[in-house]
Amino acid sequence: MGTIYELGAPGRRGTSLPPLGRPEEEILSFIPEGLRRKAPPWLPEVSQPELVRHYTRLSRMNYGVDTGFYPLGSCTMKYNPKLHEELARLPGFSGLHPLLPEEDVQGALGVLWELSQYLKGIAGMPGITLQPAAGAHGELTGMLLFKRYFEDRGELEKRRKILLPDSAHGTNPASATMAGFKVVSIPSDDRGMVDLSALKAALGEDVAGIMLTVPNTLGIFEEDILEITQLVHEAGGLCYFDGANLNAYLGRARPGDMGADVFHFNLHKTFSTPHGGGGPGAGPLAVSEPLVPYLPVPQIVRKGDRYALDWDRPKSIGRVHPYLGNFLVIVKALAYILLLGDEGLREVSAGAVLAANYLKERLKKTYKLPYDRLCKHEFVLSGAGLGEGIRTLDIAKRLIDYGFHPPTIYFPLIVKEALMIEPTETEPKEVLDAFCQAMEKIAREAKESPELLREAPHNAPVRRLDEARAVRQPILREPRT
Amino acid sequence: MTEYIPHTPEDIKKMLSAIGLQSLEALFSDIPEEVRRRYRPLGLPRGDEAGVRRHLEGLAERSTGRGLIPFLGGGIYDHFVPAVVDYVVSLPEFYTAYTPYQPEVSQGTLTWMFEYQTMICELTGMEVANSSMYDGATALAEAVLMAHRTVGGRRVLVPRSLNPQVREVLATYAWGAGLELLDVPYSEEGKLALEGIPDELCALVVQQPNFFGVIEDLSGLKERIGKAFLIVYVNPIALAVLEPPGSFGADVVVGEGQVLGNPMGFGGPLLGIFATRGEYLRRMPGRLAGRTVDAEGRPGYVMAFQTREQHIRRERATSNICTNSALCALAATVYLAALGPEGLRQVALASMERAHELADRISSLPGYELAFSGPFFNEFAVRCAHPEEAVARLREAGIAVLSPKLVAKAGLEGAFLVAVTEKRTQEELSRFVEALKGGR
Ligand SMILES: Cc1ncc(COP(=O)(O)O)c(C=O)c1O
Repeated sequence: MGTIYELGAPGRRGTSLPPLGRPEEEILSFIPEGLRRKAPPWLPEVSQPELVRHYTRLSRMNYGVDTGFYPLGSCTMKYNPKLHEELARLPGFSGLHPLLPEEDVQGALGVLWELSQYLKGIAGMPGITLQPAAGAHGELTGMLLFKRYFEDRGELEKRRKILLPDSAHGTNPASATMAGFKVVSIPSDDRGMVDLSALKAALGEDVAGIMLTVPNTLGIFEEDILEITQLVHEAGGLCYFDGANLNAYLGRARPGDMGADVFHFNLHKTFSTPHGGGGPGAGPLAVSEPLVPYLPVPQIVRKGDRYALDWDRPKSIGRVHPYLGNFLVIVKALAYILLLGDEGLREVSAGAVLAANYLKERLKKTYKLPYDRLCKHEFVLSGAGLGEGIRTLDIAKRLIDYGFHPPTIYFPLIVKEALMIEPTETEPKEVLDAFCQAMEKIAREAKESPELLREAPHNAPVRRLDEARAVRQPILREPRT
Repeated sequence: MTEYIPHTPEDIKKMLSAIGLQSLEALFSDIPEEVRRRYRPLGLPRGDEAGVRRHLEGLAERSTGRGLIPFLGGGIYDHFVPAVVDYVVSLPEFYTAYTPYQPEVSQGTLTWMFEYQTMICELTGMEVANSSMYDGATALAEAVLMAHRTVGGRRVLVPRSLNPQVREVLATYAWGAGLELLDVPYSEEGKLALEGIPDELCALVVQQPNFFGVIEDLSGLKERIGKAFLIVYVNPIALAVLEPPGSFGADVVVGEGQVLGNPMGFGGPLLGIFATRGEYLRRMPGRLAGRTVDAEGRPGYVMAFQTREQHIRRERATSNICTNSALCALAATVYLAALGPEGLRQVALASMERAHELADRISSLPGYELAFSGPFFNEFAVRCAHPEEAVARLREAGIAVLSPKLVAKAGLEGAFLVAVTEKRTQEELSRFVEALKGGR
């Protein structure tokens, strides 16, 4: 796979620029001599057609939601509406500078305000910030809110622990640690839910709170959710809800009604904004009444038909974003909600849960389903025991040969050889059926011709890649020639 | 039915029957009934594509700032973006993919990540660069956390001439980690005026060019702080003409990459640049693409050193970051590839040339002077007796600059800040000068 550095020739360029008005040396003389760049950076020199062909070629070696079924569990790889791409490119949005005075950005503040109202309604919670740039950033912000809350109450010294189910996503413990908390793992019981007796035993005056994912990362709704949040509150703690899985109950239930104190949305999951090859996303945070005073500044307020920024919030944790959040992502989420309306929001969760249960019922005949119960928007199979020496990794790679993006694998950690499947609501039944057929065929192959799996993929731009070598002999940039 | 959801009543019936349920409602029986009962709809009717478009277009048009000529910077700049950038970031296989967990179907993403890392190393003069952070501000905050983890010490020297927005984010993170930020003043020239070095220092932060546009002299700084990290927050465009921080012993270089082919976008999404020295590879946050080979020995790319990351290392990870700013980094990659070394240099030179011309013309007007005498790149602070009035006059002429209120956040009173990019024309420069003149 050649990089762009292997193309082009000295002197070629991919765009043109207005000429300078005076000799270069004269302009350079504005920079003190010792601070002027001595050697130019090594950058590609390519003509525009070369550049376009290179990136078009690269794009074809990629798999996106627009390519086909992308059941990557926990990531909600739903269809990204094309209208949104146009809207985010409107000059009144994309060309707007964030430091213009309030009176010149009323429309943009309106977007933020409108989305804020809808998200508060969806969460059933009274406070919100749109600043966090992604889910994990929301988690960190939430942990800082916990911290400020306890600091304000003079309890921070003793409340140092955050409880986490053992099924939690890796960002949860990492975020809690960044805010200075110590994480304590709570085991799951044989239902795949929080073990209540273990929770009770862990709760105490040293606990700041719990981070829960609802439904959890097995795709299972915590049936005891009200009891869990009540227990935590009774012990003086707070409840963080990781909202990565909101697609499971959108328009039907609200975290605020389940006892959540902080809830993060992933606009790039539930609200259809594209994942961009890894980002950007947005992770707005809704909070319960007691945490409202601590929210990041500024807050967006409406006065009559004008919007304004409220900085007068003495208890705020401060800013977590240099401006007001990932605005162009927020535009897309607002368009999505406006198109769906209440009815559409319910169709999303119905479609997502329907598709997941449909796949689960069919695939459990061929694959191990460690927690066999009603699931929400996703479920977790085990790839263990399929055939001699066959691992989940092999199943995933073989799916590529059949034209599917593999599910999330080896997460959550509590399922051996996990295959985490999230179909989303945007896949037609025919595609779900075709995916099942491929999975069933792979199960047969695992017994009859296991090398087909072990050596997969066979039909991809590259064969299986040696990940260990990339660490043993790291090459993390194009070596200078 | 919503156009994004394909299930017909017939499909639903078949799927429910395969599951063994009677109704869609039954799919939600595991959610406590009282929770479901408490649900309150938004009161929002179903929309349609044309109506949603109209509503959002209305909001876009309502921002009067969209018509102003942005001589406004303060961390976000209005540079020209070649058409190929948007073309490439609109390729569906790029923008509808996620993190390249499965490298065999993600060679496109991994290859450009590798290209991007190379370009950032080249610009900054550093040995390793990650494939993006959320924005420059959080990249800086993470660099400070990394410094703390690496060298110990809980004090951080932070210039008053650091972008105030960025500083506010850093302050939030620092409080979370129990670190103390200490101010470093600036001189009459507007340059960092480093005095004593406190004990327990984990990092010195320097912005290049600083918030006021002034070019800092980085030489000798690393020597003065010893093992504490020298963290340089850069404008990557300026690095086309400024000696890179790597040459001055920087430990981490971070910066805001919006300027590299991304729209101003009302401040988000942005692109956090993060580069460091090879010895800190295992301590750095964020995703890395690495070159390897496939089963047939052909070159290919994978995510490397994932054991640093949260999905493997959990509470001992180098950061909590997962979703990042990938597509903005792709824009930066295409931007840099389209410009090449000459083009990037031309952008930097043209911005600097126009900024200096405007600065000369403004400071020759009676009553106006530059706040600082130090060398500057493409941004400068203007002092006058009634800056709010001057800004209002500019606004009337259709020009936006950074308000005295926001400039005062960095401790400079009675001044506004002017940024000039290669996009600003002679006509716009003249309009600026005329507007200031008109006021007297
Ligand atoms: C359950 C869960 N929590 C948190 C996150 C982190 O969200 P983000 O990637 O937006 O930071 C993810 C994302 O992948 C997730 O699946």
